[in-house]
Amino acid sequence: MRIEKVDVLIIGGGAAGLAAAIEAKNTGVKTLLLERDRNTGGVLNQCIHNGFGLHVFKEELTGPEFMERLWEELGNLDEIIRNNYTVLKIDHINREVITLSEEGIVVFKPKALIMATGARERPLNALRIPGSRVAGVYTAGVAQKMVNIYNRLPGNRVLIVGSGDIGLIMARRLKIEGMDVLGVVEIMPEPGGLIRNVVQCLEDFNIPLWLSHTVFKIHGKERLEGVTIGKVDENFNPIPGTERYIEVDTLVASVGLIPQNELIENFVEMDPINRGPVIDDLMRTSIEWIFAAGNNVAIHDLVDFVYEEGKIAGRNAAKYVLGEKLPKPKYIFKRGNNVGVLLPQRFTGKEPFKMYLRPKKSLEKSAILFSGKVVRKFNWKIRPSEMIDLVVRNFESLPNEVLVEVNKID
Amino acid sequence: MIKKLTCISCPIGCELSVTLGENGKILKIEGNRCPRGVDYATNEFTDPKRILTISVRVEEGEMELVSTRTDKPIPKKKLNEIIEYIKKLRVNAPVKRGDIIVENILETGSNLVATRTVNKKD
Repeated sequence: MRIEKVDVLIIGGGAAGLAAAIEAKNTGVKTLLLERDRNTGGVLNQCIHNGFGLHVFKEELTGPEFMERLWEELGNLDEIIRNNYTVLKIDHINREVITLSEEGIVVFKPKALIMATGARERPLNALRIPGSRVAGVYTAGVAQKMVNIYNRLPGNRVLIVGSGDIGLIMARRLKIEGMDVLGVVEIMPEPGGLIRNVVQCLEDFNIPLWLSHTVFKIHGKERLEGVTIGKVDENFNPIPGTERYIEVDTLVASVGLIPQNELIENFVEMDPINRGPVIDDLMRTSIEWIFAAGNNVAIHDLVDFVYEEGKIAGRNAAKYVLGEKLPKPKYIFKRGNNVGVLLPQRFTGKEPFKMYLRPKKSLEKSAILFSGKVVRKFNWKIRPSEMIDLVVRNFESLPNEVLVEVNKID
Repeated sequence: MIKKLTCISCPIGCELSVTLGENGKILKIEGNRCPRGVDYATNEFTDPKRILTISVRVEEGEMELVSTRTDKPIPKKKLNEIIEYIKKLRVNAPVKRGDIIVENILETGSNLVATRTVNKKD
């Protein structure tokens, strides 16, 4: 067993981890990034569609382009990145990160740690649909990897379950590659992904979207043969008489992402709504030497936001290692009316920072309030599926506990 | 007549209201948060255009596919024809990000450009 000392250790080589590595490395501290896959980039590898980088690079890039730009910014990848390293355990008492790789067990001893472990897909089985567990059922990300990386089609006739962005993008992608895409079913009364993707992925390719619909039953014994879909009421219960049978050999499920925090959730303070660690504006968790950024903190809409968080985490982890005294969080955000995902939950009040939130319900005209005071108005429709970003400054007037609300206005 | 549409120029997706005159001429565009909304709405009522992102087969590469995009939006009505054309293409590794795979694809004035690097197989 080998022991390796490092200043900043980053777990996960997606956009957040790469951004953190760029920033930490540039301060001169010894930086190492562990990636369990054979190369870094994370989901950017397989997201060959455009729509990335408008905030960060001021142009619209595809996933691989965004990823390769980060590689170029990082410089000598071999020096910083260890591919094919899986983290088994974090011993937070002894500050050790235990890994498994081709060289066996290696224990890293970092001065600061950045969690950039991203998210995993919720599987269709989580929906508890009756029927056998047949072949031909994929998550959208797996189907995407098959098609875009390995050049394999998952089947011939497909129904997409869930209208999150990956589901919508995969509907178009599978159609372009020659599959019969019979439609997208969405249990909610409105689409889960960006409207832009409903337009350019479904409407452009005449793919039907069934809202307030779900899969009632899966047919087939070994390979999927078909599904029964139907309408649901406002409590998501099936409405009898609305069933219809659709012959498909493939189901692609895009039913949500789950932040991956198995490595830290037992000892770091967690936010049950974000499903990620509680963090402050410096991207610190409740343990001062452990930072976190990206989709493991909360599910984001844009890689640009994830990248920016990674940079903040990388910068502050390096400062911590260099012995700079970082300010303690002084304020906390408390969720009030109509606030779902919200981050950071704490802040130091030293410098302006970006906060992200999702309303729980869609509103036509609305305002964000901090302890009763309007800080931002929206005269366009806001939705849970579209994350709001907001720069917070002018701390002087704020109480230490800031109640955040998203209220309807006239 | 007022028509509603969602701008797809970026992920924000502004909801645009377009006021059309009797002859179908655009009189007013509202709801856009940047100038691209105006171009988008104008195009949608004349000649809708889209960026196409698609894979191309690679011979002798460390991957079987290289991801590509059109460097300018192409007419929506030509989308299927262009997709079928691209499916028949083969390129040889190595391919570098930014390499032009097809110049002026099917006379659209848009180039098909590689969006990732695929090295030659060892």
